[in-house]
Amino acid sequence: MSDPEDLVSLAVSEQPRRDDLLVVDHVTLRFGGVVALDDVSFEVRRGEILGLIGPNGAGKTTCFNAMTGVYRPTSGEVRFDGERVSGRKPHQINRMGIARTFQNIRLFPEMTALENVMVGTDSQHFTSVPGALFRLYRKRAKPEELPVVDSDNGLVRAWQQTRLAFAKVFGISRHTLEERAGEQKGMALLRFVGIADRANDLARNLPYGYQRRLEIARALATEPKLLCLDEPAAGFNPAEKEQLLKLIRDIRDKGYTVLLIEHDMRLVMGVTDRIVVLEFGKKIAEGPPAEVRENPKVIAAYLGVPADAS
Amino acid sequence: MTETLREINDRRQRLTAGIGERVRALPRWQKVLGLLAFVGFLYYLPYLGIPGLTWFRTDYIPQGNNWAGVLFSCAIYVLIAIGLNIVVGLAGLLDLGYVGFYAIGAYSVALFGSTQSPVVEALQNRFGLSEQWAVSWAICIPLAITFTMISGVILGWPTLRLRGDYLAIVTLGFGEIIRIVARNSSWTGGPQGIAAIPGPEGAPSADNTIFGLIDPKPWYWLALTVVIVMVFAVRRLEHSRVGRAWLAIREDEDAAAVMGVPGFKFKLWAFAMGAALGGLSGFLFASRNAFIEPTQFNVYLSILFVAAVVAGGAGNIPGVAIGAFLLAYLPERFRDFSEYRTLAFGLALVLVMLLRPQGLIPSRRRARELADRRKEAPANV
Repeated sequence: MSDPEDLVSLAVSEQPRRDDLLVVDHVTLRFGGVVALDDVSFEVRRGEILGLIGPNGAGKTTCFNAMTGVYRPTSGEVRFDGERVSGRKPHQINRMGIARTFQNIRLFPEMTALENVMVGTDSQHFTSVPGALFRLYRKRAKPEELPVVDSDNGLVRAWQQTRLAFAKVFGISRHTLEERAGEQKGMALLRFVGIADRANDLARNLPYGYQRRLEIARALATEPKLLCLDEPAAGFNPAEKEQLLKLIRDIRDKGYTVLLIEHDMRLVMGVTDRIVVLEFGKKIAEGPPAEVRENPKVIAAYLGVPADAS
Repeated sequence: MTETLREINDRRQRLTAGIGERVRALPRWQKVLGLLAFVGFLYYLPYLGIPGLTWFRTDYIPQGNNWAGVLFSCAIYVLIAIGLNIVVGLAGLLDLGYVGFYAIGAYSVALFGSTQSPVVEALQNRFGLSEQWAVSWAICIPLAITFTMISGVILGWPTLRLRGDYLAIVTLGFGEIIRIVARNSSWTGGPQGIAAIPGPEGAPSADNTIFGLIDPKPWYWLALTVVIVMVFAVRRLEHSRVGRAWLAIREDEDAAAVMGVPGFKFKLWAFAMGAALGGLSGFLFASRNAFIEPTQFNVYLSILFVAAVVAGGAGNIPGVAIGAFLLAYLPERFRDFSEYRTLAFGLALVLVMLLRPQGLIPSRRRARELADRRKEAPANV
């Protein structure tokens, strides 16, 4: 097995081709008479950080939900890697390569931080009830996978040697290998987001900032091609926001594509490559941060000045 | 009143605090030795003659039931609780019709193993078999497990899309449907039930030397062995991808789905595994009793099973085992107060829920959760 630190950077091996990873194609979404999204089109390119911004109620989260399959567009479609997203179940969409965090944190509060991340790593694993129960799918163990014999106590040592002999004869089950890989990768991810010191604490007992980071680690654990962050800086003070910016850049540098929803303009300007601006369910601007910042429509949307008066 | 009780409970907590921590801190080999000694003690229980402990035997009181027989029903209950714990404690699905699986397990050995069952008689006529022919006990085990697992899947397939209270109502209906079908169909023997259900030595007769009708000790040891094997199996599930998926579903089903947990599949597995254990338990009950009839599987039992899991500490195997043991044992031991039995029993349950809402031996997680909650809201609500 490779160095666990490397496991985080698995996504780098994906060749970052300069094409569109996610395409939102003329998506309209109506709830009864309310038009939540009105003919919105944009795309997320591989390897970039795209910001999706807009004032409160502009349809950011609705757009997000349409992308991740929670809502089905009334017309138009969302394609990910060339395949239609809508109509699939949430866990299938996750397997396509989209992972997300939640605006209001939704961890598994009664599981430890490490277990939370391991739920994410489990999405690439295959052990089900028969495999866990009977430890099936055994394969010949590589030397480094064999159980260690390290105890000084005679009895314990004898037990360890029995286990070693057993593993040599019968091999190692998929369950064991997956557990081990999940734990290593989980710890590596916790270190990556900087919360490894509280790995064995229940998620509910973690401080707020840790919980936000844990959500990101859990999403990364599913090895997504696209990581969607829904207002990850909500409730953060400026220092924490700064750390978060660094983390998001680190994530991009690992080779992930990031979609960032945020209404804090300064945060978005500092980290994104391109920005899409929504207002009242319509796309009003798209482009690099500097360009978008100068766009009169955007200024109007944020400052409430009528567009023609500016 | 609850204030005073809480105070007493707090004092008790201060006395017992740290025992669990100290036990957990022991070296592993000491824990293993302790566990082995405990298992040995469980096998010795039917002979319980240690001075001072004989008070606990149910035949200590006049008209008390046979001690080993009571132990057998305790083991049956523990097996059920462990199964229901998968569904309620781990996956967080409230199942109020668990008695249905228990009944299906019992009826599968009765219908296929007993020479008096309509199903066996029909098979005898159809294939020209002798009057003594019936499916042997050992083959009935996989049959019972298969039938209950299938019924778990059949119940789960349409209903597991429901959540919370809705699921509870549907499962409640399921338990009743099984009982009513058993009562009103001719192929289940109807209200008369089915007799001559076989044990490991075949149909009940005076020649059976070990698993007879008189001495329940071997039955208890058999049930205890099954319980130990199943505890081992469920622990394996708990500490695997499956167990994590179950917990994640219990904690936040939507978030789990977004993280790639196929929720429906694992909920179905939880139902199937829980059903298999319930069925196995019903199977043992029917073989020991040698006779079953539909009124033995009423909804009261379902509620009792859920009570055992909740009172014992949902999500924790030792907890639910203790809960189930007490629920089966206490009414037998306190037979003296025969009329007040159910009242005392209900009172005991209320006390448990007041003093230890997290259950007698809660899983460490639940305990911390509820302790925190009390800290957050110190006012007596």
